[in-house]
Amino acid sequence: MIEGKVWKYGDDVNTDVIFPGKYTYQPMEPEEMADHAMEDLDPTFAGEVQEGDVIVGGKNFGCGSSREQAATCLKAAGVAAVIAKSFSRIFFRNAINNGLPVIELQKGTDAMKKGDTVSIDFEQGLVRHEGNEYHFPALPGEVLAILEDGGLIPHVKKVLKKSG
Amino acid sequence: MGMTFAQKVLSKKAGLDTVAVGQIVQIEPDYCMSHDNTAAIAKTFAKIGVKKVKNPERFVIVLDHTVPAATEKYALGHQQIREFVNDQGIEHFYDAGVGICHQVLPEKGFALPGRLILGSDSHTTTYGAFGAFSAGIGRSEMAVLYATSKIWLKTPASFKIVVTGRLEEPVTSKDLILKIIGELGADGALYRCVEYTGEAIEQMSVASRMVLSNMAIEMGAKNGVCLPDDKTTAFLDGRAVNDYTPVFPDAGAEYERVLEFDASSLAPQVAKPHTVDNVTGVQDVAGTKIDQALLGTCTNGRLEDLRLAAKILDGKTLARGVRMLVLPASQEVLVQALAEGLIDIFIKAGAMLLNPGCGPCLGAHQGVLAPGEVCLSTANRNFKGRMGSAEAETYLASPATVAASAITGVITDPRDAFSRSVA
Repeated sequence: MIEGKVWKYGDDVNTDVIFPGKYTYQPMEPEEMADHAMEDLDPTFAGEVQEGDVIVGGKNFGCGSSREQAATCLKAAGVAAVIAKSFSRIFFRNAINNGLPVIELQKGTDAMKKGDTVSIDFEQGLVRHEGNEYHFPALPGEVLAILEDGGLIPHVKKVLKKSG
Repeated sequence: MGMTFAQKVLSKKAGLDTVAVGQIVQIEPDYCMSHDNTAAIAKTFAKIGVKKVKNPERFVIVLDHTVPAATEKYALGHQQIREFVNDQGIEHFYDAGVGICHQVLPEKGFALPGRLILGSDSHTTTYGAFGAFSAGIGRSEMAVLYATSKIWLKTPASFKIVVTGRLEEPVTSKDLILKIIGELGADGALYRCVEYTGEAIEQMSVASRMVLSNMAIEMGAKNGVCLPDDKTTAFLDGRAVNDYTPVFPDAGAEYERVLEFDASSLAPQVAKPHTVDNVTGVQDVAGTKIDQALLGTCTNGRLEDLRLAAKILDGKTLARGVRMLVLPASQEVLVQALAEGLIDIFIKAGAMLLNPGCGPCLGAHQGVLAPGEVCLSTANRNFKGRMGSAEAETYLASPATVAASAITGVITDPRDAFSRSVA
């Protein structure tokens, strides 16, 4: 269960504005990446985002470059989940692999505004906002297992340890 | 029931008779590509706790994004990658200067029909031009591939895009793909495999097909495939690293959508800032002043692109106030361009020649933009801030449009300049 404050953005939020290309080949720890999160879209984000906040986007969130830092920087900034009408496939994978929940929601996102409170119930697959409930489908088992283990690297370490 | 190209490749790789759309399969890719991001991937790999890369012969590493190193930090990354490939016995390593990964893999014969290739770069879709199933992945996934060789993939639904007629020079496959993306939108083919087919595709060169596959990701596609033919075979003769069996979709394959485009009536297209699907005919933006013209990148840095631009620029000079950057996609392209005198034409026109690489396309180094500046580029992305300042603007167009506009200093329909050049 997550309850957080909404940061609202539009359609086609690309990975260049989430994490600019000029930083992508510089060695950086996740905490430093968080300082540049959303830099070219919303310069106020990195300074004001709070642990547990939720990003709400339109369609095709995370399109463009495969840069994984776009997911890593949001996770490190404290973002608890990203809700969008649809996601680009590479960002979707990167988010899961970084332990950042991504929720596809066709209905409801238009009504969510900056500063609103949303809650996400993963067990029931429900997003709640201002008295409304929106259902989202569960992730496939093998994908959910990665998210539940906190990301791909801890997941693979666990699997490799089990298989000895 | 017949299967699409994507279903056939994925079922074959998964060892299954058939796979349904949406089905998740565990597979081992034939080849995996990474570039300057290998330094970060190697660090993540170390965290997994596996000492040696499994199947090092399946990994191809190309340094291209920030070459030669622009800063000490980049240099350090390159140094770490060289040590990593030596320690791990990764033989398919192409150091700075050889070219852009998406040009190098085809030239070195890794991009083969029927192969499944994954890369930690979104434009890995380029190898679809050779009938390969190729898609981008993230860095953590590449690190896990080092450790296990395995990854999960979801079987995509497929679109068939039929392109009738023939492209008429100087209109190119870049104009065609911009038109397609403009119509479908940046998420128009989200998660789909796109099969390009029809007379225009059959007629065009392998290099032109690479533009279509390269930019499939810009409409959200997982991959964009052209079916292999005699032209593919001719390109791969003497290059292919091993034998290959092409994979074709079944006649009764099911497509979610079938779309038709006509190449013969197509005008030059331009994508306006700041999204790739913000496309219009060149006439609508003609007269827009430009500061920089960029010819190159994994989209349009091949020999036929340089030839077309040189034809228009031959004997001309750049407009006052315009700087032009030329980045051949690879050493092989550069050597051939030198032999044909193309580089001579560019330099005499006043352009700057940069080494093969990604350069300014992603704003990491070489020719980045100041606030308020406008770049007309042959690249594949025009996102806000991508080429430097978030206050700069990038327009995308074909090599012909970029060359014609560099002469006038404003966005210009290349058809007049082209017809004068061949008259």
